[in-house]
Amino acid sequence: MDRTLFEKIWQHHLVEELDDGAALIYIDRVFLHERTGSIALKSLEADKRSVVTPEHVFCTMDHIVDTIAGRGDNTKVPSGKNFILATREACLAANIKLFDVNDPQQGIVHVVSPELGIVQPGATLVCPDSHTCSQGALGALAWGIGSSEAEHALATKTLRVSKPKTMKVNFNGELGFGVSAKDMILHLIGAYGTAGGAGYIIEFCGTAVDGLDIEGRLTLCNMAVEFSAFTGLIAPDEKAIAYLNGREYAPKGKLWEQAVMFWQSLFSDENAKFDHVIDIDCADISPTITWGNSPQHACGVNDVVPSINKNATQNQLKAMNRAYQYMDLQPGMALKGLPIGAAFIGSCTNSRLSDLRLAAKVLKGRKVASGVNAICVPGSTTVKRQAEAEGLDKIFIAAGFEWREAGCSMCFFAGGESFGYRQRVVTSTNRNFESRQGPETRSHLASPATVAASAIAGCIADVREYL
Amino acid sequence: MEKFTVHQGVAAPMLQINIDTDAIIPSREMKLVSKQGLGEGLFAGWRYTLPNGREPSPDFVLNQAQYQGTSILLAGDNFGCGSSREHAVWALKEYGIKAVIAPGFGSIFYHNCIRNGILPVVLQNDEVLALAKHVQQNPQSNQLNINLNECYVSMVITKGNAAIEGTEPQRFTFSIMPAQQAMLLEGLDGIALTLKSKSKIEDFKQAYQRQYPWLA
Ligand code: SF4
Repeated sequence: MDRTLFEKIWQHHLVEELDDGAALIYIDRVFLHERTGSIALKSLEADKRSVVTPEHVFCTMDHIVDTIAGRGDNTKVPSGKNFILATREACLAANIKLFDVNDPQQGIVHVVSPELGIVQPGATLVCPDSHTCSQGALGALAWGIGSSEAEHALATKTLRVSKPKTMKVNFNGELGFGVSAKDMILHLIGAYGTAGGAGYIIEFCGTAVDGLDIEGRLTLCNMAVEFSAFTGLIAPDEKAIAYLNGREYAPKGKLWEQAVMFWQSLFSDENAKFDHVIDIDCADISPTITWGNSPQHACGVNDVVPSINKNATQNQLKAMNRAYQYMDLQPGMALKGLPIGAAFIGSCTNSRLSDLRLAAKVLKGRKVASGVNAICVPGSTTVKRQAEAEGLDKIFIAAGFEWREAGCSMCFFAGGESFGYRQRVVTSTNRNFESRQGPETRSHLASPATVAASAIAGCIADVREYL
Repeated sequence: MEKFTVHQGVAAPMLQINIDTDAIIPSREMKLVSKQGLGEGLFAGWRYTLPNGREPSPDFVLNQAQYQGTSILLAGDNFGCGSSREHAVWALKEYGIKAVIAPGFGSIFYHNCIRNGILPVVLQNDEVLALAKHVQQNPQSNQLNINLNECYVSMVITKGNAAIEGTEPQRFTFSIMPAQQAMLLEGLDGIALTLKSKSKIEDFKQAYQRQYPWLA
């Protein structure tokens, strides 16, 4: 019987089928962060339960920690210090490896985990964070859970999971000039809606996916959750193996050879059946940006704000009208040229070295338009160091960008820093929900290259004119 | 965990689609490393007149007289999408919400509900709208009845509500995975339940680590 990659990994981890229809799935790795992990550890302790394999659990400070120079335990997020202290204390008590505030490997969980080789092909990894799906890019079954489920995974080394359906999304053909992984995923969600992947685990396939480097694949899988998928997944190939080689937590020596042999068996068999298949022609994808308050409000940068579909239901009608009102836009308005007040490059979607290189290419020798608050936050301290070694920081700073310490930063608003009331931001993040980046902030999601180009132009710009 | 078998209570319509967990509990309302103290922050961005204030906004549905004591939410599609924060569910629970009825839910949110004894009910969009219409039009009969044993939601017609007495209350059935139904019906603690398979897990682990020693 031909099986999908997902079915293979599922089978390898199946402890038992439960009589209530769910399955008990073995969990290889758990990652935590100070926002949701602290509560899981604390509540576990209160219930007098312990972490069964602390050597398989990792934790980082990314969500609440400041990203300004000279940061410490105090945060701009009110009461953020509580989370930092509680996390540190709980990790120490449970003997869990913590990438603490000023650790040289600190950073956003979904950036740190791949770059240290913690996530590996064929493994299961969970984290109480919705963007854990990013890590499927390396061929792992990685998905986001809640804090209670994290407690379950920590205390039992397993999770009770209902098996999702399978979907294959083929990105056929080649990406056009100036088009990147972010544009691919925005295009998919724009075309099929935020509910398009509900109930499915999605395997991303096709020539364009093969052509992406690992960092691009992480970006692609990152927004599987905005597509409502259980998670995203990409079969590990030579690139994935080469990427992991030599990383700190990746296997070494004989174990490496053994692991590689196994990883090479991780693909969907030729005639494996998926419950659903979507085909995308990459020729249809241009640099993409969102116009509204949902990731599905995505369109080409040269398109106009769409009008309401004639067959829209009452609810859809209301949602569209709300989106126009919230974003202060009218149907038919051009997106390109829309003035912006801020530009943000960062987040687990797009803050890796390749993202920063691409943005720097656009920024080099140019200046951010006056009145635009431009900020770059590397995804991890490692990325920051590497970027600085290449001199990228100098390019960002010379252009007028702020160059920050690693963390989630202004990807989300927690009462601390924000872009300001109703500010219009072009951002390389993954959520344009209302007030996500600050009180009534108007977020336009785009690739880091588009963000860089827009920062220069002072308005939404077509990156192809800047490359 | 509290069991969920049958529940009758006031239902309030919040039909906009894509209500995300940040709208349910804004990040700024998560101040303590605790599952408690979140009820006040529920829907804070809409419920109060000012971002950090506590003065009820009269426009917000849960602040209206008709919906005092709401324990059931009627929501639009993709309710609870976005961040994985379980605080959204803890906030709903502390507020007194027992069930949410919507055409679809954010996947992590759905699981978080089950883990905390809140019933997420998936109904067709037009069924949710019919229920919403019922509670909106009949302030005296704004309750719904949910039965998890038999998996249905029905309208409750209060005696003395002349406007609708005699009309047949509508009833809609829903489906839920048996695993999730069982968790809720019995108020099971997932960890305790799983730990019954402890030796099985241990055996599995031994074999697994032999086969995949680099993950051991
Ligand atoms: S960068 Fe943003 S989306 Fe990613 S984990 Fe942090 S807060 Fe979540």
